[in-house]
Amino acid sequence: MKTSLKNLGIFLFPALALIFTFLVIPILVSFYMSFHEFGVMSVIDWRNARFIGLDNYKRIIFMDSDFHQALKNTLFVLAIAMPVTIGLSLFLAVLINSKMTKFKSFFRVGFYIPAITNTVAVALVWKWILNGDYGILNYFLNFLGIEGPQWLIDPDYAIYTIIFLVVWKALGPNVIIFIAGLQSIPETVNEAAEIDGANRIQKFFHITMPLLSPTILYISLMILIGYLQLFDEPFMLTKGGPLNSTISIVMHIYNEGFRFFNFGYASALSFILFFGIFTFSLIRIKTIKEG
Amino acid sequence: MNKTQLYLWMERVKSLILHVFLFGSLILMLTPFAWMISTSFKTRQESYSMPPTWIPDEITFSNYIELFQAVDFARPLMNSIIVAVATTSISLVVCAMAAYAITKFNFRGRKQTFLLILSTMMVPGQVTTIPVFLLMKKIGLVNTYTGIIIPAIASVSTIFFLRQFLTTISNDYIEAAKIEGAGEWTIFSKLIFPMMKPALITMGIFTFTGAWNSFFWPLIIATDDRFYTLPLAMTILNGQHGGNIGLNMAGAIVVILPLIVLFMFTQKYIIQSMNVGGLKG
Repeated sequence: MKTSLKNLGIFLFPALALIFTFLVIPILVSFYMSFHEFGVMSVIDWRNARFIGLDNYKRIIFMDSDFHQALKNTLFVLAIAMPVTIGLSLFLAVLINSKMTKFKSFFRVGFYIPAITNTVAVALVWKWILNGDYGILNYFLNFLGIEGPQWLIDPDYAIYTIIFLVVWKALGPNVIIFIAGLQSIPETVNEAAEIDGANRIQKFFHITMPLLSPTILYISLMILIGYLQLFDEPFMLTKGGPLNSTISIVMHIYNEGFRFFNFGYASALSFILFFGIFTFSLIRIKTIKEG
Repeated sequence: MNKTQLYLWMERVKSLILHVFLFGSLILMLTPFAWMISTSFKTRQESYSMPPTWIPDEITFSNYIELFQAVDFARPLMNSIIVAVATTSISLVVCAMAAYAITKFNFRGRKQTFLLILSTMMVPGQVTTIPVFLLMKKIGLVNTYTGIIIPAIASVSTIFFLRQFLTTISNDYIEAAKIEGAGEWTIFSKLIFPMMKPALITMGIFTFTGAWNSFFWPLIIATDDRFYTLPLAMTILNGQHGGNIGLNMAGAIVVILPLIVLFMFTQKYIIQSMNVGGLKG
């Protein structure tokens, strides 16, 4: 039996109207804006927007040194933080999932806590801990006879500090997903390998890892999408500095759009980001289908 | 010592090392929170003292008192509660209705509707931020609660998750209710909505956490400090009283604590649903 139009309206209309108003149409508008010089005057009257074709995109790709720096930083964070996040969370998941381990749910909850806490609030305590002169980190390093650097002010260290904070926050959820993945491996497979004389390390690399590969792919793509949108940590801790050493793509979009009010340019920037994320998302959907 | 005893002894040592390592890592991970709590109860002078103290010599509540009296943290706290509660409750109802229609209704274009909704999931928030902001400006929703709340209501990931849950509910219930003469609305509100409770709790927690922690959108849409949510108030507090570290830490605790408490009580659901998500991936 077909559902009546009235019922369809009642149930679907609110969500669809909101999705169209706040997602679909804005995406199209943003696309339109990205081909225009669209500043504060254009906000007042859209006729002030000047069509400039692909100029915004050309400027981003060929001339915008801040963007190049932001892209470099974002990819650098991704390149280091992604393998470290995956490696560490898999390692912790294997340990927590081990038959020997007691208090399993205690550990799962504990490691998850950084993930639910507010970045802004947490950034303040990190700022304090990492303060080069008064922070406890350098105090303890000093204790060990190491002179700690200015973690957030020294351009050579700031990006690593950001990476550390990103990983710290991302571990918990990934540990839980890995544990779920590990638990989906049938016990019999491991037992069979043991009978054949495989040791623990052989078992991990030849049985656990291949069987975990759908989970690893899923996690790596989720991480990829998340890390490419890096914003909160550098915004709160370094404002992109020192010397642009921690500026990220989203921070650059924020600066162009909401500090300098180059809306058209910022739209073009976000479409370039969208294109990057879209490509990765397609890969992700493909792997979900195949997995 | 015979072989069995040696083996058991070895196992015990291994287990001890494992637990020491796990506890050690966890303590390291959570150190910032301990430091946050400790500093928030210190006097201004002690918060800068070297060597640092983990348990304050003189425990004071003055930072918390100042937070609500001198700095007016009460208003952003209220705002955050209003925004998070409203976003969560409206979003759950709207998304549950849409998910129900997509899963259980019979109409042409059902699959296409679902695909359309799903495809918007890949769009990063930054793409839509500027046009949505301009729209809000046009219709006068800058610096209003509605303006902060409304873009977060129709959450595609919530619809997707609820749809996955609904596919596990048998159509027989609905057919039986229809034979009894119940309309779609009655079936949904009296039968299906209550059955969705575990999924709704999980998504409710995610939505609440997201709204509570949201920073980028409120930063843009709330320029008047009467509408600041806690994360924005935090940045202002830090800007104006950056030197008063105890006060900052007290503020951070007010922001973080409600979520940790909420998470403690509901972690069972979250972990279950993440297990499902992980396995599906």
